[in-house]
Amino acid sequence: MLNSRRLILAHFWLAFAGFGLALLLGEWQMFIRSPLHAWIGDPEWYYRSVTVHGTAMAYVFPTLVAMGFGYTITEAALKRPLVGIRCAWLGFGLVAVGTVTAVVPVVLGLASVLYTFYPPLIGNPFYYIGVVLVVVGSWIWVALMSINLYLWKRDNPGRPVPPAMFANVAGSYLWAWTAVGAAIELLFQILPVALGITSTIDAGLARVFFSWTLHAIVYFWLMPTYIAYYTIVPRAIGGRLFSDPMARLSFALFLVVAMPIGVHHLFMDPQVGSGFKFMHSVFTALVALPTLLTVFTICASVEIAGRLRGGKGVFGWLTALPWRNPIMLAVAFSFVMLGFGGAGGLVNMSYQLDTTIHNTQWITGHFHLIFGGAIVIMYFAIAYDIWPHLTGRALVSFRLMRAQLWTWFIGMIVLSFPWHYVGILGMPRRMAFYDFTDPAIAPQAIPVMMSVAGGAILVISGMLFLAILIRGQRAPRITPDEYRFSVAVHEPRTVPLALNGFGLWLSLMVGLTVVNYGFPIVHLMSMPGTAVPAVIVGAGR
Amino acid sequence: MSTERLFSVRNAWFTTSVTTVVVIAVAAALAGFIWLPRLQTNARIAGVWDAICSAAGVLRPAPATEQIVQANYRTTSVVLAPRMLRNASAESIGRGATLALRCTMCHGARGLSQANSPNLAGQYPIVIYKQLQDFRSGARASAVMAPLVTDLSDQDMQDLAAYYAYLPRLPGYHPASAGPAPRIVVSGAPMRNIAPCGACHGGLDNKTGSAWLEGQPAIYLQAQLRAFASGMRHNDISEQMRNIARQMTPAEISAAALYYGSQP
Repeated sequence: MLNSRRLILAHFWLAFAGFGLALLLGEWQMFIRSPLHAWIGDPEWYYRSVTVHGTAMAYVFPTLVAMGFGYTITEAALKRPLVGIRCAWLGFGLVAVGTVTAVVPVVLGLASVLYTFYPPLIGNPFYYIGVVLVVVGSWIWVALMSINLYLWKRDNPGRPVPPAMFANVAGSYLWAWTAVGAAIELLFQILPVALGITSTIDAGLARVFFSWTLHAIVYFWLMPTYIAYYTIVPRAIGGRLFSDPMARLSFALFLVVAMPIGVHHLFMDPQVGSGFKFMHSVFTALVALPTLLTVFTICASVEIAGRLRGGKGVFGWLTALPWRNPIMLAVAFSFVMLGFGGAGGLVNMSYQLDTTIHNTQWITGHFHLIFGGAIVIMYFAIAYDIWPHLTGRALVSFRLMRAQLWTWFIGMIVLSFPWHYVGILGMPRRMAFYDFTDPAIAPQAIPVMMSVAGGAILVISGMLFLAILIRGQRAPRITPDEYRFSVAVHEPRTVPLALNGFGLWLSLMVGLTVVNYGFPIVHLMSMPGTAVPAVIVGAGR
Repeated sequence: MSTERLFSVRNAWFTTSVTTVVVIAVAAALAGFIWLPRLQTNARIAGVWDAICSAAGVLRPAPATEQIVQANYRTTSVVLAPRMLRNASAESIGRGATLALRCTMCHGARGLSQANSPNLAGQYPIVIYKQLQDFRSGARASAVMAPLVTDLSDQDMQDLAAYYAYLPRLPGYHPASAGPAPRIVVSGAPMRNIAPCGACHGGLDNKTGSAWLEGQPAIYLQAQLRAFASGMRHNDISEQMRNIARQMTPAEISAAALYYGSQP
């Protein structure tokens, strides 16, 4: 039962349109920095492009996908119409207006601060106002998810919340709390300078606030992917979810351990004490817990599908799997990329190993492999799965979908593996040009060109994805069945109170945030003489 | 189920999850704040409390035995902000014009020099203001400028900056014609940490506190780059120009100076 199809389609189309444009910018950036192109005459263009690419890909694209998917889940899992559809449109409008407001000053060269803001660099206030509007729009979605769950619970006392909705609301709460750090930074530190009210900024404190958001935001991006693992994949490949409580526990654990870990982005920053860096490192390691729970549960669920399809023996179930099904292909690729990305992440999160690869192309490789690879490939799968239900038209060509997923997987590996390698060689990230004629970095030239080729494959794949969706909008009409989520092997009649709500997990999340961030923030705020003059971007224009 | 209470010691979910989280946090804190700092052999950790403070990032004074080496020259004390000295009043410009009469001998009647002194007409006001401050404090040494600025007040310096910023940028005296921009100006030298000159000094972009160089006398520019490279001139904020000029080859210094000198 999908009533708000127009609303959901609007979210997905805006998300994928932004994704398509930002994808082209990404490939352009790689090309002009590589030995295949002469040095760019004006590095400013590169930084404008990076800012737009990052803002669109990191803030707008995943937020809209999470919002659109969240509305889908609310209607399909709770089996009732979305409450607050006007507010939902308002939220969408704020995200759309915010995106345009943020991108225009960047294109004009007034805010090429990169999407991580980098104070004391300060850009045009409209850039930050645009980002704030995107966040406010998404907070409306958070409120709607919470209200819809509350109303359902009121009408269905004692019944277990459908796991898809449980996970969806967990994701929305995670986002609500993780966005607070960047919101404080923007509203109380950056915007006053950008608006000309003050002229200095405590850059160290700003970086601490940003780290609050910076890591948990990745788990917010990850949420739709994990929801798809648990609630779409088993159903789509003809299996069953191995364990319903395990799914709930994974999402609850994400709430707890995703937040108090962001300082591992500040290992090289002098303003945070080493004790807190160590604590954040420990909690980062704990993210392995929900991740491995998920890997185990999903592998078991897939094995159930393989055995139901007649697979026998220790490995026989693998060959019995429906490999021609795009969802099967997507989840396999996603797991491979999650595995490699996670292994690379172990280097980033350890205080000592990080010194080797800090701020190198390794980091770029890491988050492209995790986000652009493991996460985004499941966004494609989600779109393929729900598109017929949204448009009332069939997506017919499985062959095209498989080609798209294969090219995305291959492209992402060819893109990110050489990046990891040149990162170990010491290639810094976020520079507009490199002197590859110098013998010291000449060996990096070939891997860099390889990743340009990987990017080109990704562009082809991204365009193929958009083409499949556009074709889907013009296919013959069908009447799709009711949209369903996976069924667990043992459907629970009741679940423990702790796994049917969020009180316990949110308390732990906030408590751990206070423990891990409280002292560094209060300490930095009370320290005199830490503010530095802002550097206004584009002040000469 | 309705009688079950979540936040209660009788609820196993509550007690287990809270206990687990607390045990992990306490163990991590003990390791990060006490055990690991005390393993450091070079950190001068006196006791447990000292270890905790050190790991928490509390600033501690350097040991009294450690000598702090002070530079034997003065550096600038001026702090620049991007919007400083904008929108000067007509009175300020007028006062500046009167004060500027004493500068005409070298810097020209309307801020255009024919004597290889810097052309000041149209220069950014914060650039002129900062140099006047530095000449007075001794951060920038000049036998000619030092006596001329001793009696200037802060307001006088702002007025002078406003007046010269107000004058139109006119072409100076250019013996050579402009060739293509040299690589050091457009791209810098990434392997030697040299940003493009044009990224701050005009051509590509202007950054706060960077002088407008186009049309400045090439001899003057070359002399300043050499002075930065040798450390004779040391009033650049955060040693930016000294770090760049030291890395430049003599050929790059003259190419950059000649290029900017020949710009309209």
